[in-house]
Formats: sequence, C-alpha cells, structure tokens
Amino acid sequence: MNPFRFHIALLFCVAGLTATAKIHVVSPAGTIKSIKQALERALAGDTILVKPGVYREGNILITKPVVLLGEGRPVVEGENKHEVFSVTAGQVTISGFRIINTGVSSIKDLAGIGAMDAHNLVIRDNELAETFFGIHISNSRNSIIENNRLSVNSRSEYETGNGIHLWQSTGATIRNNTVTGHRDGIYFEFVTASRIEDNTCARNQRYGLHFMFSHDDEYHRNVFRENGAGVAVMYTRNVTMTHNLFEKNWGNSVYGLLLKDISDSKVNNNRFIQNTIAIYMEGTSRTEFTGNTFQSNGWGVRLQASCDGNTFTGNNFKSNTFDFATNGTLVLNTINGNYWDKYQGYDLNKDGIGDVPYRPVNLYTMVVERIPTAVLLWRSFLVFLLDRAEKVFPAVTPENLKDDYPSLRPYDLHS
Amino acid sequence: MAMTRVIKYVFYDILRTRFILLYTLFLLVSTIAMFQLDTDTGKVILSLMNIVLMVVPLVSIVFSTIHFFNSYEFIELLLAQPVNRKVIFLGEYFAVAFSLCFAFAAGVGLPMFFYGGGTSGITLLYSGTMLTLVFVSLAFLSSVLTRDKAKAIGIALLFWFYFSLIYDGLLMWIIYTFMDYPLEKVTLALVSLNPVDLARILMLLQLDISALMGYTGAFYKEFFGSSMGLVFSSLVLLVWIIIPVWGALRIFIRKDL
Amino acid sequence: MISIRSVVKTFGRLRALDAVSVDFSPGKSYALIGPNGSGKTTLIKSVLGMVIPTSGDIVVDNEPVKNHWHYREKIGYMPQIGRYPDNMRIGQLFDMMRNIRKNPPLPDEELLEAFRLREIFDKRMHTLSGGTRQKVSAALAFLFTPPVLFLDEPTAGLDPVSVEILKDKIQKTKEEGRLLIITSHIMSDLDDLATEVVYLQEGRIRYNNSIEELKDITGENKLGKAMARMIRGLEQEKQEKPPPLSPLKGGSGGVRIKN
Repeated sequence: MNPFRFHIALLFCVAGLTATAKIHVVSPAGTIKSIKQALERALAGDTILVKPGVYREGNILITKPVVLLGEGRPVVEGENKHEVFSVTAGQVTISGFRIINTGVSSIKDLAGIGAMDAHNLVIRDNELAETFFGIHISNSRNSIIENNRLSVNSRSEYETGNGIHLWQSTGATIRNNTVTGHRDGIYFEFVTASRIEDNTCARNQRYGLHFMFSHDDEYHRNVFRENGAGVAVMYTRNVTMTHNLFEKNWGNSVYGLLLKDISDSKVNNNRFIQNTIAIYMEGTSRTEFTGNTFQSNGWGVRLQASCDGNTFTGNNFKSNTFDFATNGTLVLNTINGNYWDKYQGYDLNKDGIGDVPYRPVNLYTMVVERIPTAVLLWRSFLVFLLDRAEKVFPAVTPENLKDDYPSLRPYDLHS
Repeated sequence: MAMTRVIKYVFYDILRTRFILLYTLFLLVSTIAMFQLDTDTGKVILSLMNIVLMVVPLVSIVFSTIHFFNSYEFIELLLAQPVNRKVIFLGEYFAVAFSLCFAFAAGVGLPMFFYGGGTSGITLLYSGTMLTLVFVSLAFLSSVLTRDKAKAIGIALLFWFYFSLIYDGLLMWIIYTFMDYPLEKVTLALVSLNPVDLARILMLLQLDISALMGYTGAFYKEFFGSSMGLVFSSLVLLVWIIIPVWGALRIFIRKDL
Repeated sequence: MISIRSVVKTFGRLRALDAVSVDFSPGKSYALIGPNGSGKTTLIKSVLGMVIPTSGDIVVDNEPVKNHWHYREKIGYMPQIGRYPDNMRIGQLFDMMRNIRKNPPLPDEELLEAFRLREIFDKRMHTLSGGTRQKVSAALAFLFTPPVLFLDEPTAGLDPVSVEILKDKIQKTKEEGRLLIITSHIMSDLDDLATEVVYLQEGRIRYNNSIEELKDITGENKLGKAMARMIRGLEQEKQEKPPPLSPLKGGSGGVRIKN
C-alpha cells in the first residue's frame, strides 16, 4: 500500500466515526464550557473530551451511554455539597478526571462517581480525593473499575464513606486501584462472581476490604495494609483469596483477615505479616488454608470453636507471638504438614517431617485468651516454667489440636 | 582525678581474678554456638533473651557482692588516706559496672556484630547492659546493708529471685484476681517496678509488637507503637540504676569500717 | 592539733566511746592505754573517719572530721592488723598510695630501706607473713612524713631487730616534734616513746596526764608499774564510791591516787 492511499483510508475511517459518534470538547475557553452542556448535546455513544480546568457544576447526571474523557486531568468539584457524577445509564466510561470535595450526608451516599442500575460501566484512571463515598455502584453487571486512586485525609469515620462500594452487582472487575483513608477501602454487599485484583487498600479507617453475602468472588494479589480493623469477610461461600498481602493491621480486635460464616472457600498463598491477629475465624467451614505465610503476627490463627472442617496444610508459621489460639477443646479441623518455627522435635528418619507432633496452642495462649492483660508477662521466666510444666502434664491445652507431620524446613512460598 | 585512679586499681584487681574473663568467654561461646546452630536470627535473639533476663542479672549481682566484700581491705586502706569516701565507693561501682558491661558487650555484642542481629539485637544488647547496671547497683546495696558476706550474698540472691520470678508471680496473681477490672494502666505501672520486666517489655516491643498492639486502649497503642515505650522504659531503668546505688552510697558514707 | 569533744560511739547497745573528750597537741607523744575492748582502736578510727561517731565533734588541725577527708593528708596510720588487697604486689601498693594522693610529698623511704622491702616488691600481699605485713604498714604510715602519726600496736609481731628499727624511727619522729599517738600493750616500749599517757576504760578516759606526773604520783619509775598502781587506785575508788562516777574530762588528770 502506498502512503497516499493509506491516508485516504484513514480519512474515511475518521469520517465514518464522526458520522456515528461525535466528540464534544469541553474547555473553559471553548464554546462548550461545561460538562453538563456537553452531556445535553451528546447522543448515545458520543465522546465528551474535557480539557484541563476546574469544573464546578454541582451534580452531573449521566443518563445516556457516553464516554467522558478527561485530558490533562481536569478537576471536577463537588464544592462539599454534591455528588459529582451520577450515572444511571449503562456503557458509560469515565476516565482521566480528578474528582474532589463531594458533599457529606448521613442520609444519602454521596459519591465521587455514583451509579445506579447501570451496567458495563468503565471507571478508569481517575483520581478521587476528599470524596464522601469514592465510587458507589448499585445494581450493576459487568462493570470495570481500574487504575483509580482514591484518598481521604484526616476525617473521622462518620464523615467518611467507603472507597469502592458495590451493592447488588455481579461480574465486576476491580483492578489496580489504590484506596486510602476511607471508611472501608472496598465494600461489597451482595456482589457475586467478581474479581478483585492488584488493589492496594491502606490506612482506611475501618476495613481494607469488607464484604458480605458476596459469593463466588475471587481476590488475588491485593495488598491490605495498616487498616483500622484489617479485612472482614462475612456470610459468604465459595470465595477464593490468593497471593494477597495482609500487613500491619494493628490494634485491639484488629485482624489481618476476619472470617465470619464463610464456607467452601480457599485462602491460599497469602502473606500475613505483623498483624495483631492474622486470621480470626468464626463459623468458618470447609475452607482450605494452604501455602500461606504467617510471620511476626501477634496471633497466627485464632480459631473459634464454631469452625469445622477446615484444613491448614503447607503453611509457614514464623516469629509469631502465638501461632494458634482457640477457645474450645473440641477439634474439628485438620492441621497437618505445616512449618512451625517453634517446633523443637526431631527427625530421626531424615524425611523432613518431625517425628513428634507439634502442638501450636500453648498454655499461655489459653491464659491470654481469657485475660488479655496477661500478655505483658509473656516471655517471662514464670511463663516459661508454666509452659514447660504444661508440656509435661497437659491439663489445659486441647489434646488433639496438633500437627502430626510438622515440616522441619519452611516451605518455599511466594518466590 | 582520684576517681579514675580508684577505678583503675579496682579494675586491675577485677581482671586479676579471671572471673570476668571466664564470664566473657561463656557469653561468647554460647552466643556463637547459638548463631551456629540456628540460622534464624529471630530464634537466636529469643534464646539470648533468656540469658539476658536470667543469667546476666544473676552473675552481675553475685559477682558484684562478692567483689565488694573481697575489696574490704582495699576500701579500708583507702579510707585512711586523703580520699573522699564517695570517690572510693563510686570508683568501686564504676569499675565493677564497667567490667561486667564490657564482658557482656564483648561476649554477646561481638558475635552479634559479626552475624548481624538487627534492631532486636541492638535492643537486646541495650537491655542487657541496663540490667547489668541495675543489678550491680542492687549488689552494692545488699553489700552495705550488712557486714556479713554470706548474708549479703543471700540478700543479693533474694533480689534476683524476687525480680526474676516472685514478682511476676505476684503480678500474675493480681492480674488473675482483678481480671474483670480495667487493669491495663495498673499493670504497666507494676511492670515498671521490676527492672527485669522492663527489660523484657523492651524486648517484647521488638519481638511481639503485633501482639502488644492488640492491647486495649489508645494510650497503649501510643505507648507501644511509638518510641514512647522505649523512652519510658529507659527512664525507669535509669531510675533503677541510680536509686539503689544512691541509697547504698548514703549508707556507705555513714558506715563504720 | 587534734581535739575530740564529747565523742560517743555506740555499736548497738555497746557504748564503745562514752563521751570522750581529749586533746592531742603537737610535739607530744601520747601512749593510748587501756584493756582490750576499751575503745582505743575505735577512737583512732573515729579520728581517721573510718568510724563515724554517734555524737560529738572531732577536729584535726582546724578541719572537722565529719564529711571531710583532706585532713587525712596529715595523718599516717599504722593499723593493728594491716589488711591489704590479696592480689596486690608490695611495689604496686606503694605506687598506688603515692598515686592516689594529689600532690604527694617526697617520700620518706627510710623504713622501706631499713626493712629491705624493696627486695620483695614483687611479692603479693597474701603471701606475706604477719611480721612482713607489719613492716609494710609501718613503712606506709611514715611514707609521706605526716605531722600526725597513729600507731596501733606498732611492735606486735615484729622480730627484735625490726622492733628496734621501728622504735628508732618513732624516736626520731618524736624528736622532730611531730604528734604521735601510740597504743601498745608493751609498757616498756611506751616508756621510751611516749611523753603523755591517756588511759581508756570502758569507753571513758580515766587518766590523762604526762608520764612524768604519773611516775611522780605513784612513786614508780617504770611506766608499767606506775600504770598498774594507778589502775588499782581506780578500782579501789570505784568500790568506795559506787557509780555513777563523774566522768573525767580530758586533760584534767583529776584522779586521786591512793598509796
């Protein structure tokens, strides 16, 4: 093809596009000065290109499938009063904006980008700062939220909504977003068959990730760090969580991962580092925990008696203050073939598996379980003596909670 | 300075007994052995912590007490000379404290430096040194409380036993008895009344910070989370060093020899 | 030079010194005499600041003893039983004594030489015999030419030759007009060395006067005899006049001796 003919072809293509989908340019200095104006003119499938500037237009309603593109990151102001974008149509794309200062309300969930009954949304490459809710989506199918940065600075929990909030949705993809300072970083309620990947939720006031009644979801490679109460997942079945990092979720009743009424799920290859409680489990059933690393946590796993049928295999427990704690004596879970750095047994047949079982629950764990203050005496000579005595004459610790095949070497995970 | 001369002579005297040398060697060999046997630094630090919390105070207090009584002649000799009593006493204290600290720093610190111990290693060295100083102070106090060497060693051992075990037993009893009350602040105050517990808390801040952060109350979050825990424990440990040796000095100045 | 005023020292219920007042003047040589446990050593140690009096004041050369220590530059002390750090060598001991002082005067090494201590300078203190220790103590006491010397049983345990060497040295010191306070159970030694006698009993000073006077009153020409007579006189007085006996003030010498 010679260059001339190629250009002709290109010209026809562009002409063809503009024939069906127009581009409306919004610019403070141009003919269209506001996004609202452009939205009025636009037809379904049109693109609205917003040039740099600050746009204070109150609540912007998007009722038709359009593509909103910010160029040079235009700022859209909510002036502390309004929801900025409210989407009620499907196939809407919002990309490249900086959305700031929404209103704060105790009645309405005002958001940077709110969407109701809108499917196939794409929200991409936006910055949201000082929004009440960041992205708030209800009743949506197959929406994509990716590469957004959401942040809130220094506000109390009551003045802050969730970062990415989904309700009653399915098939969502939440990828590569960063959420800081919100109430919950990512919040799901009745959200199914969705993927949450490569997101970072840090320093949110309540949970980094919080979901309920959200079955068949998958969470991969996310980072949950220094959130007020860690990550909470509740009332859900068939969840897969792999390769996530739960780090430095510190405080009283703060968990790396709180599992409440979860069943038939997988928690594999995650790293739990320096959390007060890495995993807290209540009413959890038939869930598999494999290939996880528990390192430098206050408690590795706190297993309530209401859990059953769970298996812990091939995990590494290193430098945790307490590896395992439980409030019951009845053991309905399987804990076998993990690496425990506190294991002091031997391996005479050199197969890499300790010849005597390891009991991850020690006496003082039980004491601290009842009297949290007693943690201050941990590692004292007295406690050392008590633990030794308990090892010789077990009286308090659950007899059957043990790893019969403790690995002598840590597993090579996450490399 | 008369003080430095006194320190010098006491120091020579201590070196001549060879005990310090043996102590250094013991620490050195055990530390190196631990590093050799275990590649995990965290576990080595844990084992060393037991030495620091148990052996170091015991050796410090017993050695210092025995040394004080063995130095009676020296002290008597100097007392007839134009030397201030305070200088004699503090000279003795500094020489003994320095020798023991040096032994500890060399015995544990050198291998740590060689193998690498991280911040928890530094904290361990720091708390070990502080505990050495505290227990030398307590030894000097037990030494001036009685003229009888055996009795003084008895008092010294009692100090050690009390701070290493009995006190924690009492504390646990209090915690257990009043478990239904908000005892956090009281417990922390009680912990600071025991230098061994304080040193242990310093180590806990390194090794078990995640668990301590589960402790209730905003005050604790601040205490354990920031450098406040370190500053507070250091200050209280300093008080634990100064008060016994100060009290011992007061008694010594009025003591008949 | 040394003034002791109403000094009381109690050890528990025992009154080791019971309101002792006495002056020691320069140029004189005092024999401090008394039965075992009468408080002689306690009195000396009080002046040295090794024993802290329960009450009373001690002043050495216008410097109160309490909480002071500079005055000890002026005192040489030879203890009854010299105790020294076991592991120290004799040479180190002498070095140390010199080093510990701020500005040590030129040492008087006469006794050091006479006792031939230099030849055993590298011997450790714990290997020494009692006599050699005494020699070391004596040499130390005289080392800095102190204006005041306390000698607690100086000749005890010494061989006859060394006794003579020491006595010559004491004699010389006395002639130099330095203040000497000597305790001894050997009266003949004191006869030569002392000019005054202070008699202590049960923590009190029973007699304080010159030896000449004592000999005059008792009509004896040997100190030993004179003392024995004087003590007998005190005993009789005690029986005639039951206690309380009015305590004798230092220097008064107001004891009537019955012949």
